[in-house]
Amino acid sequence: MSATASQPLLSQSATPMVRADGIEKNYGKLQVLNGIDLEVQAGEVVCLIGPSGSGKSTFLRCINHLEGIDGGRMWVDGKVMGYDIKGTRLHEQKDSEVCRNRTGIGMVFQHFNLFPHMSVLENLMEAPRLVLKQKRSIVRERALKLLDAVGLADKADAFPRQLSGGQQQRVAIARALCMEPKLMLFDEPTSALDPELVGEVLKVIKDLAQSGMTMVVVTHEMNFARDVADRVVFMADGVIVEQGPARDVITNPQHPRTKAFLASVL
Amino acid sequence: MSTQITVADEVPARTRDHYTIVKAKHPGRWASAVLILAVFAVLLQSVFTNPRFGWGTVGKYLRDVSIINGIGVTLMLTVVCMAIGVVIGVVLAVMRLSLNPVVRTAAFGYVNFFRGTPVLVQLLFWYNLAALYPLISFGIPGVALNANQLITPIFAAILGLGLNQGAYMSEIVRAGILSVDNGQLEAAGALGINRLHTLRRIILPQAMRVIIPPTGNETIGMLKTTALVSVISVPELLYSSQIIYARTFQTIPLLIVASLWYIVVTSVLSVGQYYLERRYAKGGQRNLPLTPLQRITLFFNTHDRLARKGGKL
Ligand SMILES: Nc1ncnc2c1ncn2[C@@H]1O[C@H](COP(=O)(O)OP(=O)(O)OP(=O)(O)O)[C@@H](O)[C@H]1O
Ligand SMILES: [Mg+2]
Repeated sequence: MSATASQPLLSQSATPMVRADGIEKNYGKLQVLNGIDLEVQAGEVVCLIGPSGSGKSTFLRCINHLEGIDGGRMWVDGKVMGYDIKGTRLHEQKDSEVCRNRTGIGMVFQHFNLFPHMSVLENLMEAPRLVLKQKRSIVRERALKLLDAVGLADKADAFPRQLSGGQQQRVAIARALCMEPKLMLFDEPTSALDPELVGEVLKVIKDLAQSGMTMVVVTHEMNFARDVADRVVFMADGVIVEQGPARDVITNPQHPRTKAFLASVL
Repeated sequence: MSTQITVADEVPARTRDHYTIVKAKHPGRWASAVLILAVFAVLLQSVFTNPRFGWGTVGKYLRDVSIINGIGVTLMLTVVCMAIGVVIGVVLAVMRLSLNPVVRTAAFGYVNFFRGTPVLVQLLFWYNLAALYPLISFGIPGVALNANQLITPIFAAILGLGLNQGAYMSEIVRAGILSVDNGQLEAAGALGINRLHTLRRIILPQAMRVIIPPTGNETIGMLKTTALVSVISVPELLYSSQIIYARTFQTIPLLIVASLWYIVVTSVLSVGQYYLERRYAKGGQRNLPLTPLQRITLFFNTHDRLARKGGKL
């Protein structure tokens, strides 16, 4: 360990929030990720774009170890995901340790995945109470504050099935934030929504970006990526083809595959 | 373009005409109804005129002390064995979904063994366990229990029915667990909730909707299966009747007594099951199905209204 960790002011030398090092992943014979290298600095907002099947979701799920990886190394906040380093060996972590590492990483899914048998407030309070073992009153206060922040203060006692898609997704975001994560992962958070509901969810994510949260967002919303992301990463066939400042990549792509993709979605 | 945009105000009022609705005639329905009623009447007449049914005796023994005690034992066996079955079922279902192949295979072996042998044979085995292991020590040195004293008929009955039920319940619970959307597991995992907590707090509560209805059926089935333990002389409802007719030779009336009580208890359980299912359906549906009473009310309301207005719409 060098002294870099204790010098947070020098952002270049500080530990990146995410460091993916040659990530490989296959499902049987199908090679889905072919060596992905990516660093995300604290406070940075990175949008992942690319054609369907290019491995965006898979990569996102490798970050919090929802998927195990077949090659390379994933670091989040200076820790290897899924393994303990002992000397020169990497020991696979047990379920409980993997879970502990995930508590700092929030994730929002395309299909919300709220717990249907719990009220909105219970959805938010479940993990902080169960995993972080925080006091009920403290968690409750934080949960209500978060619901207010996503504009759903009046829905605390509603059940997920009583909410619109946009409202459900905002609850899902609040649920992830209730764990007070350092990093947020979004997997196409607006793809399952009716067009008129997309805006309300994007606004919440935008506010979150402006508050300084580190985020990796898989999205098909190019306007959103252009306006909110610090950096856009274009993936195809399990590799990163092009990346750069959001505006540059989206308005002036260099690689022919990026050009073809953007032409097809814009 | 000839298509016009119309706004609600311009839509013309619904046209009404003056036709009278004549209901379709269903002679087939009438014929079948008459036939069934006729058969039923003949049956009823023979039941009440044949003296061998011994309705007087039925009435006399319906509330006999030993019969009532028998019902108590039957209910106790049902409750206790179902409870054991549910607990074993949940454990086995979780074992069958384990990542450990030995654990998985062991659970499969259990289910296969208990489903593969008749429960009557299992009951006889437990009853005669003393022949196999005269002394039971549970592997603890210094402990040696006399199997003949330990395995009373009632204990053998509980073991036999409970362990057997566990095998069936495990299939039901497993189906329930598998019915829960995989996204729920992922969401829980992403929040850092470990596997055991996910199972208890997220998966099982949602699986209940699938688990409850067949469990109700199993409970009713169990109530009737308890009659089997009469072969190892546990004084439940059937065996209590048998004791009486062994003495009085009034076989048929006493079997009727037992049957009537079985019908009463299963009917009560069915009603309970119906309302329990409705309760657990709440998780999934926005509107609950109507209760039979509501349905009958609705039927008469709609149909009466039609009739009163002379069939005119
Ligand atoms: N569990 C799995 N088993 C087998 N193949 C899988 C599995 N999950 C994903 N794949 C395959 O991996 C490839 C990448 O999938 P992934 O979901 O990461 O793509 P994506 O870029 O997110 O696409 P989309 O934009 O459609 O969501 C696809 O070809 C998919 O079929
Ligand atoms: Mg995807």
